[in-house]
Amino acid sequence: MALRADGIKVGESREEVVVEDLKRTRIVQYAGASGDFNPLHTDQEFAVKVAGFPGVFAHGMLTMGLTGRVLTDWVGRDRLLRYGVRFKAPVWPGDTLTTTVTVESVDGPVAEFSVRTVNQSGVEVVSGTAAARLDL
Amino acid sequence: MAATRFPVEAGHIMMFARAIGDEEDMTVAPPTFTMASAHYDPDSPLRPLPGEEWLGSGRGPGVAVEGSGGLHAEQHFEYHRPLRAGVTLTVSTRPGRSWEKAGRAGLLRFTEQITEYRDEAGELVVTARTVGVVTTQGEDA
Repeated sequence: MALRADGIKVGESREEVVVEDLKRTRIVQYAGASGDFNPLHTDQEFAVKVAGFPGVFAHGMLTMGLTGRVLTDWVGRDRLLRYGVRFKAPVWPGDTLTTTVTVESVDGPVAEFSVRTVNQSGVEVVSGTAAARLDL
Repeated sequence: MAATRFPVEAGHIMMFARAIGDEEDMTVAPPTFTMASAHYDPDSPLRPLPGEEWLGSGRGPGVAVEGSGGLHAEQHFEYHRPLRAGVTLTVSTRPGRSWEKAGRAGLLRFTEQITEYRDEAGELVVTARTVGVVTTQGEDA
């Protein structure tokens, strides 16, 4: 995928709903694919009675993965230089997540992005930054 | 405790991409795919292992394991080259910085782990930096 430096503008952004009404099965699917079978994410009985949470919650890495798709749909998987996030709040079954990716700077062949995902109440669940390589 | 060899397979990339709602491009791995190297960690505490007690529920609700109260605070990746199916990565992990911060729920202890993924030629493909956090309350539980 060609991504030219003159085809991307500072301040330009993309927003997308990355998951609607997150299902527990989706969390199980991520556990299977990633190898992270921590019962906090997939075992309601354990999460409530042993760990003291209201219920199971998504792996932070599931949210980071869902968020990253908006980035890679834009720039392509093979152009990323960096991608990093902080996990700000838990993501629960039933949540709807919206990701916004914004171009913060374009410096020669490198574009820097801010990345942010919020839940249906507007609470930020992850925030971070990324960088991608552009064609000049 | 981490995988030392991580064969990157097209089918695994497909399953991972499906799980994060991504396109089923089986050639280039999605940006967070290297986390799935947990499958190749022979001692991963995050999956049931033959002959060892699993902490999750069965007849009872499960067991709390000491030191398992940590949460994932931050995750950062640096991509040195695209990660494609067919490569076998060598994985090496080392501790990074550690620091403390006073939080609402008590003292928060942060620890960093750096993981390097290299290809067969020894070239860096991905560098991952994981920050975990444990609250002092979590340790008492």
